[in-house]
Amino acid sequence: MIKLQCDGREIVVPEGTSVAAALLGAGVSQFRSSVTGAPRGPLCGMGVCMECRVTIDGKGHRLACQTRCEAGMEVTTT
Amino acid sequence: MKFDVVILGAGPAGLAAARAAVRAAHRTGAPVAIIDENPAAGGQIWRGNAQIEIPPSVRFFAPTRVFDIRPGFSLETDSHGTIETSKLILATGARELFLPFPGWTAPGVFGAGGLQALVKSGLSVKGKRVMVAGSGPLLMAVGATLRKEGARVVGIAEQAQLGRILPFLKRYPAKLPQAIALRARLIGVPYWTGTWPVRFEGDVVTLSSGRKVAVDYLACGFGLVPNTEAAQLLGCRLDDGFVAVDSKQETTVAGVYCAGEPTGIGGLDKALEEGERAGAAATGQPLNRRRSQAGAFVRDLAWAFHLDPRLFDLAESGTLLCRCEDVAHSELAHFREWREAKLQTRCGMGACQGRICGPIANHLFGWKPASVRPPLMPVTLETFCRDYSGRNAEER
Amino acid sequence: MTHSPDVIIVGAGIVGAACAYELAQAGARVEVIDSGIPGGGATAAGMGHLVVLDDNEAELALTKLSVELWHKLAKELPRAAEFWPCGTLWIAADDVELAGANTKLEVYQRHGLKAELLDERQLYEAEPNLRPGLAGGLVAGQDAVVYAPVATRFLLEQAKAKVTRAVVKDLDELKAGAVVCATGALTRELVPGLAVRPRKGHLAITDRYPGFARHQLVELGYLQSAHGEGSESVAFNVQPRPTGQLLIGSSRQYDVETASIDHEILRRMLERAFAYMPGLRECRVVRTWTGLRASTPDKLPVIGRLRGNVYLATGHEGLGVTTSLGTARILAAAVLGWPSPIPAEPYRVERFDD
Repeated sequence: MIKLQCDGREIVVPEGTSVAAALLGAGVSQFRSSVTGAPRGPLCGMGVCMECRVTIDGKGHRLACQTRCEAGMEVTTT
Repeated sequence: MKFDVVILGAGPAGLAAARAAVRAAHRTGAPVAIIDENPAAGGQIWRGNAQIEIPPSVRFFAPTRVFDIRPGFSLETDSHGTIETSKLILATGARELFLPFPGWTAPGVFGAGGLQALVKSGLSVKGKRVMVAGSGPLLMAVGATLRKEGARVVGIAEQAQLGRILPFLKRYPAKLPQAIALRARLIGVPYWTGTWPVRFEGDVVTLSSGRKVAVDYLACGFGLVPNTEAAQLLGCRLDDGFVAVDSKQETTVAGVYCAGEPTGIGGLDKALEEGERAGAAATGQPLNRRRSQAGAFVRDLAWAFHLDPRLFDLAESGTLLCRCEDVAHSELAHFREWREAKLQTRCGMGACQGRICGPIANHLFGWKPASVRPPLMPVTLETFCRDYSGRNAEER
Repeated sequence: MTHSPDVIIVGAGIVGAACAYELAQAGARVEVIDSGIPGGGATAAGMGHLVVLDDNEAELALTKLSVELWHKLAKELPRAAEFWPCGTLWIAADDVELAGANTKLEVYQRHGLKAELLDERQLYEAEPNLRPGLAGGLVAGQDAVVYAPVATRFLLEQAKAKVTRAVVKDLDELKAGAVVCATGALTRELVPGLAVRPRKGHLAITDRYPGFARHQLVELGYLQSAHGEGSESVAFNVQPRPTGQLLIGSSRQYDVETASIDHEILRRMLERAFAYMPGLRECRVVRTWTGLRASTPDKLPVIGRLRGNVYLATGHEGLGVTTSLGTARILAAAVLGWPSPIPAEPYRVERFDD
């Protein structure tokens, strides 16, 4: 099992889980805000729509659906 | 790094191409490489399938994103520097078509394949009420996956008419057992045809039939759009939005082959067949002269799941068409062409590079997309402006 | 029976649109012809940086007049034109450049323009993402940025101009009181022998990084690139868009007319940007593109009568958006026989024969 953080909360998921799946599973539905401030979350699940972008370990605009969870990851939604 | 053959995309078509390519007799070393932007092979339909086998002599780069391809060919990747080859097989698959309706941008609305991909990447849907909607055989497959994973599939809303789906199934009896099996796994799940979502608000889906259903997730996709960006970047000719290929799966650019959905939406069988042909052709192996049925299947599938024009009128004036730049329907409707709309509203200028809103604009307004320039997908500026002058920076 | 318009303008870029606007204000009926989308050529490719440049008196006069006009127009521009008076921060890499900044300050002040010198500490307060070791800078407070394609459309609409999509092969075919040629880099096709040459530029735009930069940032060495005669040059030039995206320029190449990306020069341009703002390396690039500026031998535009009833408003190099409004005033004065707002001598086409 892998432990990671999202907005300060700890999430535990099996290895191989994507960050998007981990966040959704933990009840996080808003991953980011649109340019006019509307809540957004994953749509396409395959790295195309760019709606699942979160900050991972300080690096912005990372695609949650294309990134596998790693131990100790710090995810921030915007 | 140089290879004799590079395959872009490790879904069914790409994997079939890889298997065919390594059969070529006069091989030494590791002459074949396959690249995919996902963490593992399988593409969409085989996502998360632990039994995917990449032939041992094939070099596999994943997750690796190709952001530029130069003639000759050099593929510029974000994690493995420049990969060079003289034969390139594009097996880039397809993405879902989204059509706007009020509420489609709210969290909780996913693509149909989108939710399935998330489930295959570890999302638990146990006990979740999910409606599957949109168009295409994918909906049944998604419904079945969701149910198997413990979701309460409250219904499947297929926009296509039964009057087209049934004749299609009759025409392709080989597909019938598969369809029946899927339906069997969905016993108790209503399958509404000629029906589509018209609103998503407060976790309630309103259907065109007037029915309102409360859900946790709406999984909605209206068919597939071929991923032709790499082909366009290379200058391959497109016919009606699909990559034009000859009987050897070769595009109009010598040395570039294409297989699977980008040449026509035709599902798994077509992808396997074309992948095999492309892999064989790219390595100079003799090809089976048998005429493929794929063309007819593509046409018949498109006919059966033809999009009802009423789907293009679901957006209200405030409904967004471009999610990256928050551009609403009312801001776009009066323009006559894509580029003008882009320049005036910034629609299509966001991070998705027009992949979501471009097809929407094409269906709603008939606009044709613009040319493709690098980067094929956003990469860091550092990655993008790596020195290409002959030297190769392999970073791992 | 249809009457011919008072003025036909060939070229619906920002310069043509500004001319249409100005002439319409004076009561003229204007038709604008373009082979493509209005504002879709160099206008769409450029940065929309509204800047007062002081390399010579004529350039200073034209850019100063124009920037003042932009500030006046700003109140009427639609929100989508994204007019933002963020100012330009000219960066001095060393004491030599800082001395140059001092000279620039004096010129600005002499002309009544807002300018403020920044020492090293103030520079990093203003722009924390600049690399360490720079000497200081100069903030040109009157400078601004605008999204030119929307401004172009606005000007055409305000002018109530009839906009026609067509290819003009011969200026003499056009029947009107006056014909204005505002076709930028392509002007030689209509006016063979005119000393206007295409000068290709590259740009890149990133995803959103709000607050990463707060002014249009330009190196003081920019003018060497813009005014130099070398066949290829790059300069540090970064603009924060109101969206938070970073627009990165600038490059110059003579005699290259293809629209394709030249990776080598794009790379040099980006490396120069990294040299000033290392943090850009981590920013994600979303789009790259090119455009063709219209360049003249003395780096000043050509504004005024060419022959008979045919006028020119072209050759603006990298200052087309900035000086479109001032150009339009000068051009309208020439067409209408009014006194020019600033001396028009330096921009006459005849100067190339002198």
